[in-house]
Amino acid sequence: MKVNLTVNGKDITADVEDRMLLVHFLRDVADLTATNVGCDTTSCGACTVLLDGESVKSCTVLAAQAGGHEITTLEGLARDGTMHPVQRAFHEQHGLQCGFCTPGMVMAIVSLLRENPHPTEEQVRTGLEGNLCRCTGYHNIVRAALAAAGGLEESSPQAMPSRGGLGGSPPRDSTAEVRGEVPA
Amino acid sequence: MSIMGTRVIRTEDPRLLTTGGVYVDDLRTPELNRAARVTFVRSPLAHARITGIDASEALSEPGVIAVLTVADMDDLSPPPPSSGEWDGSPAPLGGPWAEPLLAVDTVRFVGEPVAVVITDGNQGEDAASLVFVDYDPLPVVVGPMAALADETLLFPAAGTNVAVKNAVSTDDAPFDACDVVVEQDIVNQRVACLPMEGRATAAAYADGKLTVWTSSQNAQVSRLILAGALGMAPDQIRVIVPDVGGGFGAKIGIDRDTITIAWAARKTGRALRWAETRSENMVAMTQGRAQLQHIKIGGSRDGRVLAYRLDTIQDAGAYARVGGTLPFFTCLMAPGAYDIPDVQAGFRMAVTNTTPIAPYRGAGRPEATAAMERAVDLFAAEIGMDPAEVRRRNFVAPDKFPFQTKTGAMYDTGRYADALDKALAAAGYDGLRQEQRRRRDNGGPKQLGIGISSYVEITAPDPDLGETAKLEVNDNGSATVYTGSSAHGQGHETAWAMLVQQELGIPMEQVTVLHGDTDLIPVGVGSYGSRSLQLGGSAVHKAALEVKDEARHHAAEMLEAAEADVVLDTSTGLWQVRGDPDTALSWGQVAGHASGGTLVADVSFIQDRPTFPFGTHVSVVEVDTETGQVRLLRHVTVDDAGTVLNPVLTEGQRHGGIAQGAAQALLEEMLYDADGNPLTSTLADYAVISPPDLPSFELVASETPTDLNPLGVKGIGEAGSIGSTPAVQNAVVDAVAHLGVRHIDIPATPQRVWMAINEARKASDQ
Repeated sequence: MKVNLTVNGKDITADVEDRMLLVHFLRDVADLTATNVGCDTTSCGACTVLLDGESVKSCTVLAAQAGGHEITTLEGLARDGTMHPVQRAFHEQHGLQCGFCTPGMVMAIVSLLRENPHPTEEQVRTGLEGNLCRCTGYHNIVRAALAAAGGLEESSPQAMPSRGGLGGSPPRDSTAEVRGEVPA
Repeated sequence: MSIMGTRVIRTEDPRLLTTGGVYVDDLRTPELNRAARVTFVRSPLAHARITGIDASEALSEPGVIAVLTVADMDDLSPPPPSSGEWDGSPAPLGGPWAEPLLAVDTVRFVGEPVAVVITDGNQGEDAASLVFVDYDPLPVVVGPMAALADETLLFPAAGTNVAVKNAVSTDDAPFDACDVVVEQDIVNQRVACLPMEGRATAAAYADGKLTVWTSSQNAQVSRLILAGALGMAPDQIRVIVPDVGGGFGAKIGIDRDTITIAWAARKTGRALRWAETRSENMVAMTQGRAQLQHIKIGGSRDGRVLAYRLDTIQDAGAYARVGGTLPFFTCLMAPGAYDIPDVQAGFRMAVTNTTPIAPYRGAGRPEATAAMERAVDLFAAEIGMDPAEVRRRNFVAPDKFPFQTKTGAMYDTGRYADALDKALAAAGYDGLRQEQRRRRDNGGPKQLGIGISSYVEITAPDPDLGETAKLEVNDNGSATVYTGSSAHGQGHETAWAMLVQQELGIPMEQVTVLHGDTDLIPVGVGSYGSRSLQLGGSAVHKAALEVKDEARHHAAEMLEAAEADVVLDTSTGLWQVRGDPDTALSWGQVAGHASGGTLVADVSFIQDRPTFPFGTHVSVVEVDTETGQVRLLRHVTVDDAGTVLNPVLTEGQRHGGIAQGAAQALLEEMLYDADGNPLTSTLADYAVISPPDLPSFELVASETPTDLNPLGVKGIGEAGSIGSTPAVQNAVVDAVAHLGVRHIDIPATPQRVWMAINEARKASDQ
């Protein structure tokens, strides 16, 4: 069947199999390979893109369903060679390691911050429940989301509200120098 | 100012963040323009005899190019004969235990490849369902205890299911002399490795040369495996490893599926590509851990541990892919961070009708730490002493290094008590214990648990293999590093460029780091066992020193000065005559003086012995005693892996490891039914850890350099996952210890925790 959609501002028309998923349309027809397939059960979020500005898992949308809509992928985020604030935050906060989940994570966070420009750490974590990462332990992804929202100072792990009245000293900044010597 | 130890954000990131990188399935290289797609036909049964394969219906479908089975592998010579005895190397067992590329006449696990379907488009899954394989089911062995019974044999010619063993001592004398002895069965469950990118391979054969693009931790090792399996000379094969979406041990080298694709490309003359589905990944990529352990620990009432025994039964899965390597490391590291007069450790490794087991982040060491750290807590509970204090009383003392353990390891450097003290201070241990007492006194449902794990682990366990580096400085002043190490997220490009800037003063931005292409870098080892920085990084450092010596010679000639008077200002990258700042030569000028306009050093770095990072994790959990639900509230760690090159990268490695370890403690488990059917073979079924399951982590810095390499570094890739699992597990047990619970196996799911509480209550009511 014939589908027509806008991807990163570009109009694309193609004749595709009825069963083609949006993620395969993006990768194989539009030749945009940033969007990854990480599972086959809509669980991992590696394929997250924006459909009319809102995040969707492109493995769970048929290309045909996306007809007439505007899709934004990771490749479409930067403007004039300048990274989007969420991309920049990922870079500055070391929010990626192998990079495979990253396109989906970035798009999910772009969408999340549009809905809630100043989320708490808990809101970020809940908002990213459908996006899996195996490298970062999510720590720096959450920091990147908070940094992009301009809220890292208030919400950084260094200044987290004490969890459940646990007392304990505030976490130490890991940059603290505790340089040891080789024992004699 | 030195760049060493400073926070440098990664040079890899802008490319990954704007283009998404290039993983195998993203390749749009011309050789793969018309590549056909490979789809595997996999066994749906755990153990069966194959009585027939009918591919005719599949072959009649449009777009199906070929269906290949083991019968088509007539161009491969049989593997060389082998006794089937484990020779200690991390390689598959041969002889009666040999694993074929495609099933010959028997399938031994759900997911075992039986045939490959080659299609010109995406018809593969449809076509594979039309390949009809007749199976005659055989009795199924699930779990190593069933395997040990030897009633059903996976490899009848072997006469047993026990593939490798190193029997534990049965000498009870050291325990008989103890005031207190505690024993416990411990499960270290099977987990999925789950790199976000599964396995992926493309292959093309033209003009006698095979090119294989694959998602691997080791391009060069992959090439050697291919050469052996396909009967080709290594220089007829080029292996290219593009961006790799995580490995965690499961992508060390290549496995039978990738070899089969490379063979099929040669056989059919078609360029081929394959990227597995997640459901395929979760049955056919190797999995990790899978040990049953029995521990026995004895000591005195004043907290001194005098004897320890660890008896391990390793589930190998259907094929012993890495010989006895994993339980070997478990036994080697059995004594942990403690100076115990008597340590006994041994294992039996048995094959079962399940997915093969291979290294997963830690590879045998997390299992050793988990056993020991549970044992110490059980011992502490038995004698009524604070678990932190028991640890403190038994650590290897800082003046005993290098320390030879009872199991044959030589610990290089360590300050174990310092790590514990720092972690306890950062966690606010005394305050946490007060809060725990308050909650216990209140008797409410939300109880607090504090878990400690003090670990020592082994990194670069094969230091004699070393690692290669070639460094070129060009007449435009830029540098290129060719590293035999291999990156899949760790940040090699950033780290290696920092090392060049540090020694040569060539700015990082002018340094290109290349890896993962055997035509460019024929000799290398790759990344596993937390070896990259200490071996690969030290090789880059060594190459930089050699280039510097060579450059000094040229600069002296150009400046008409004695070599001893020529100095490099690493803050500017300029060569000068000492005390004469007007005589300044750039790297480009000096390289231009060398033959070919390039300064080159081609080195390999070998380390005398492995290194032994250490640390302490403190975990704080809240357990709802009415539902068994566990919430991880805080996780504080000291992970000391020697000198830190770049805290950004080190912390990233720790974060990821902590999360994977916590996932094993709380959630993740690969399950099989009695017929060997995997029950958790999709991400909808497997409880992979997700962002709301975790808190932000609290990392404390600590650096105790090793003296075994010039950088003073040890490996940090696996420490997080080694330290965290037992800390979280101990915290869960600690939360409900006052109710009479002594031990809870992992993953500490609500059901398991609730049952433990319930059983303890019933026992106390009687």
